[in-house]
Amino acid sequence: MEQLVPPDHPGGVAPRRKRRVGRALAPYLLSLPSGLWLLLLFLVPLLLMLSLSLKTCSPSTGACVMAWHWGEFSSEVSLYHQEFITSLYFAAAATIVDLIISFPIAYWIAFYGGRRKNFFLLMLLVPFFVSFVIRTIVWEFVLANNGVVLGALKHIHLLPQGFHILGTSYAVMAGLAYNYLPFTALPLYVALERIDRRVLEAAYDLYATKRVGFMKVIMPLTVPGIFAAFLLTFIPMFGDYVNQEILGGTSNTMIGTVIQNQFLVTLDYAGGASLSAILLVVALLGIFLYARLLGSRTIEQYL
Amino acid sequence: MTLLAQPSTSTPEASATKRRRWTKFVLPTYSWLVIAYLVFPIIVMIFYSFNKTIGSMQLVSFSWNGFTSQWYHQWSNVPGLTASFWLSIRLALVSTLIATVLGTMLAIALVRYRPPRFRGKGAFEQVIFLNIAAPEIVMGASLLGLFVTFNIGRGFLTLVLAHVMFSIAYVTVTVRARLAGFDTALEEAAYDLGATPAVTFTRVTLPLIMPGVLAGALMAFAISIDDFVTSNFLSGTSVPFPVWVYGATRVGIPPQVFVFGTAIFTVGIGFAILSIVLARKKA
Repeated sequence: MEQLVPPDHPGGVAPRRKRRVGRALAPYLLSLPSGLWLLLLFLVPLLLMLSLSLKTCSPSTGACVMAWHWGEFSSEVSLYHQEFITSLYFAAAATIVDLIISFPIAYWIAFYGGRRKNFFLLMLLVPFFVSFVIRTIVWEFVLANNGVVLGALKHIHLLPQGFHILGTSYAVMAGLAYNYLPFTALPLYVALERIDRRVLEAAYDLYATKRVGFMKVIMPLTVPGIFAAFLLTFIPMFGDYVNQEILGGTSNTMIGTVIQNQFLVTLDYAGGASLSAILLVVALLGIFLYARLLGSRTIEQYL
Repeated sequence: MTLLAQPSTSTPEASATKRRRWTKFVLPTYSWLVIAYLVFPIIVMIFYSFNKTIGSMQLVSFSWNGFTSQWYHQWSNVPGLTASFWLSIRLALVSTLIATVLGTMLAIALVRYRPPRFRGKGAFEQVIFLNIAAPEIVMGASLLGLFVTFNIGRGFLTLVLAHVMFSIAYVTVTVRARLAGFDTALEEAAYDLGATPAVTFTRVTLPLIMPGVLAGALMAFAISIDDFVTSNFLSGTSVPFPVWVYGATRVGIPPQVFVFGTAIFTVGIGFAILSIVLARKKA
């Protein structure tokens, strides 16, 4: 087309070429600021952290020297493997509880929500309207020995006076399960909502019972959503330390607590960095597995 | 015919009522119980914001000491808390503004251009995925490592840098989802009518993608104002609201914390209900 139009006036050529150069650069110019921001403040720090974990730092000045100290990893693991196991156990248990709690409600909203779907979704999101730290503190009040719930139950002698839950592993898991429930419920809802109802009808037309329709149509189509829910719930829970610090006791320390203490209290940057690196590797295993199975872009549907 | 059909219709009918009972009674009851479970702690929070304190220390206690609306009158009586709240608002506004502009630009680039013209698109998508999925404690810790290594003092600036970093991906994803159905013919029409790229963008593109941009901005604001993990690593001298509240748990929580919690909840839920009502009116 452009060749057919003769350059009538001499000034016409230069702006057009300029615009063409601009157009070729457009995608790069548009993505450059975010790219730089993410490179300098997301990717570079992660690499820096990996190198920091191999350095030795002087505890008094905080100055770090590169020492290729690979032993840091094994010594940190031998010191804190119990905290890693605790974190894995708490996060896995609370994620599974969340999956079990949220699947039926996600199913109900997706299939029977009708015109009030948006209202029910808002109700699923309602914890997010209270600040994360305050939410956790409120759980402390809910679970407190003489708080609104246990106090009342003890008053009517439904619970023995000595019963307590605050400071135990169950309190931590309860807090985790409550705090991250929307992260589980929403991906499940999205996956169930996306199921083409005609596929389900086809199954029924072919004499599938409700149960068979559920097991052979709905469940297989929900599996990607379950994976996404697991990823989006398990990884943040795994690194969480707020629930453990506020609701847990001294015997069930999670790895996040250790990392936070090393960075902010004991200023053991090398130790904290190597523990973070291990945590990142564990998370990356899940992330890569997900990307391999379902593709990295699919996570966006579930946010 | 009817005689033959009789035995076969009776069983499906029975199972149909059973089925109906399941979806009409059991599932809704269960769902409402889950909703009650989700709402209950918020009611507890509002409840305790009216609790009297005992002794001279004005801290909330687990036990109920009687009703008072004192804390609502004295909402700003805890200087550190009020300061941290305004800091969080400022921080969220600044980082939302930056993240929305940058994230929207990236979303436009990712939707419009493909590899021959936009090399590195795949890399961008991987980084966005990684950014969303990576554990926050690792991002916060590694940023602290960066600032310590380069001797950058921690404060408002480092908080903005961090908050924009973890908001960009969410804005990009949200805007891109809304951009997917964008009709580029409208832009071409503007060009054909002699509009410059700048005019086309401000008069055609931007108004069309505005709902997506606003949704992305809301998301960024919500993430920023609620962020604790990263902020705790980077706050230094300027302490945002969640970090202040977390620090207060060691000594005891002033009841004003629950007043702020109740206020934030009311404003947030008000906006959400308003948007649902508006969306329904439009439909």
